[in-house]
Amino acid sequence: MRLRSPDLWSGLALAALGGYIVYTARGWEYLGQDGPGPGFFPLWYGIAMLALSLLLVFSQKEDQKVEWKGAGRAFATWGAFAVSVAVLQIVGFLISFAVLSFFIVAVMYRRPPGVAALVALGVAAGFYLIFPLALGVALP
Amino acid sequence: MEIFGGLLHGFALALQPVNLFWCFVGVFLGTIVGIMPGLGPPATIAMLLPLTFLMNPASAMIMLAGIYYGAKYGGSTTSILLNVPGESASVVTCLDGYQMARKGRAGAALGIAAIASFIAGTVGVLGLMLVAPPLARFALAFSSPEYFGLMALGLAMVVLLAGRSMVKALLAMLLGLWLAGIGTDLFSSESRFTFGRMELLSGIDFVVVAIGVFAIGEVLANMEEATPAAPLPIPKGLRNLLPTVQDLKDCRFAFAQGSVLGFLIGVLPGAGSTIASFISYGVEKAFSRRRDEFGTGVVEGVAAPEGANNSETGGALVPLLTLGIPGSGTTAILLAALVLWGFKPGPLFISDNPSLFWSLVASMYIGNVMLLVLNLPLVPLFAQVLRAPAYVLFPIILGISMVGVYSTSGSLFDVGLLAGFGLLGYLMRKLDYPSAPLILGLVLGGAMERALRQSLMMSEGSLSILVARPISAVMLSLALLILLIPLFSRVNAWRQKLLS
Repeated sequence: MRLRSPDLWSGLALAALGGYIVYTARGWEYLGQDGPGPGFFPLWYGIAMLALSLLLVFSQKEDQKVEWKGAGRAFATWGAFAVSVAVLQIVGFLISFAVLSFFIVAVMYRRPPGVAALVALGVAAGFYLIFPLALGVALP
Repeated sequence: MEIFGGLLHGFALALQPVNLFWCFVGVFLGTIVGIMPGLGPPATIAMLLPLTFLMNPASAMIMLAGIYYGAKYGGSTTSILLNVPGESASVVTCLDGYQMARKGRAGAALGIAAIASFIAGTVGVLGLMLVAPPLARFALAFSSPEYFGLMALGLAMVVLLAGRSMVKALLAMLLGLWLAGIGTDLFSSESRFTFGRMELLSGIDFVVVAIGVFAIGEVLANMEEATPAAPLPIPKGLRNLLPTVQDLKDCRFAFAQGSVLGFLIGVLPGAGSTIASFISYGVEKAFSRRRDEFGTGVVEGVAAPEGANNSETGGALVPLLTLGIPGSGTTAILLAALVLWGFKPGPLFISDNPSLFWSLVASMYIGNVMLLVLNLPLVPLFAQVLRAPAYVLFPIILGISMVGVYSTSGSLFDVGLLAGFGLLGYLMRKLDYPSAPLILGLVLGGAMERALRQSLMMSEGSLSILVARPISAVMLSLALLILLIPLFSRVNAWRQKLLS
């Protein structure tokens, strides 16, 4: 079993989820007087998930390799996106989105701060003009 | 003759300037609604419904139906250009449409989507006109076991959506089934997998998962490159932007099967255009000589789901008008509109209201032509979106995704879920899990569980009901056959190896 194999870890994670589904579904009625209960369907797909994920864990291919180079940049972008979502309620969509755009342009793509500020203001203004003003769609 | 006379009468009404105007307003609004993620036809029709009380019912119906089928045209645009599905039925279009855009064939993909939509939309109207009453009676023969068979057939398509690993595709599908199961169980009111969160009681919206996995996942995957990728190539000149004659030849079967399958699935209440597009894509791949290339930017991979998605509209109007049964959220609102205007959709609807029915049918022919004329010249304009540098395009995609999800549910919790599903989409990509089976499981999971439980209730717990009824037996056999295809090919390869 190769400890660095991506299939091993994703398989184990899905096996844990399958185990959780089976464990939780066992707490619900399986078959009642009126027919199948809320535990019926989850129990079966939970068992299937558990079995298939264990199959994945034990049948890893030797050539399985994941290129993680560059993943740090993706995770940083996701982190910034998650933070901008988290502060939506406090600062509102336009500020949060403009800061996220500035971060992507200036930090992730190393563009000059002036360009980043222009893009950030431009896209935020564009969203305001298109969604609430033109289409009447509320922003988050 | 009766049909011909009715159609002529319908054209006479639909070609009146006022009806032409409302038809244009409907298809134009529909195209915009289809392009905007999250802003779907049900919400738009519901918002416009009060305004229609001041209008002639025929004009109002023409406009509302225009929004319905116009949205199907527009839905493909963001799927192809940005990998953001404009509406749920356009998810499958992302698979090959976006890959075509990456190869510099965005224009061809948009053009094929428009042509497939036109052909299938017209077939759908023909079907509505010619076979509405008998097909509606056939659809009535569909009970829970038959629906379970249909859903099982849909889920079997996972075989055709799988990438390199069938096990991973099945796991992704099971993850989709689990996500579909989150929320309150409608039979027992038991809350399942909600982790104590009130927001999860009503389940997870399909749009949140689809946009997160496809759009945010795509942005994150692109962010790995430190140097901004060059804007996606766009050929110069309208002729080079539109599909070639070879593209059209390659799509002949896709146009035909997408149109017919979409219409037939549309007739079944509750099946919906998303299932139609998945099944049509699966069938196209199964019968294609270049099935291994699907998912890499194959033009048939755009034509088949787009055709099915549009033809489904005509099909969905069959049970609505002839039985008074709405098969989807949009048709439910259209039904409400008809009732509010004083009509009674049902077996006598067409004979009692020939003018309304035939003007609607004729307006759908006209609307499809309008949509083609509206969409094809816009292809070069839409394709220009790809000229935007990555550092401008990616924040815009993130913003559209947030607004799209929020406009669907009005919940900031869903926007938070969007971020979570974005990370899931990225990790699935990195770990080589196909994302289409996840969406397939999510779309079909709820309906499949409901059909299975209702079937078992009918049979007092006996599974034999699923194979005792001919339609469900045929569908389940087909599903099993499709699931066994990879096994057959493996055995065949093994035999070949032994022989050589």
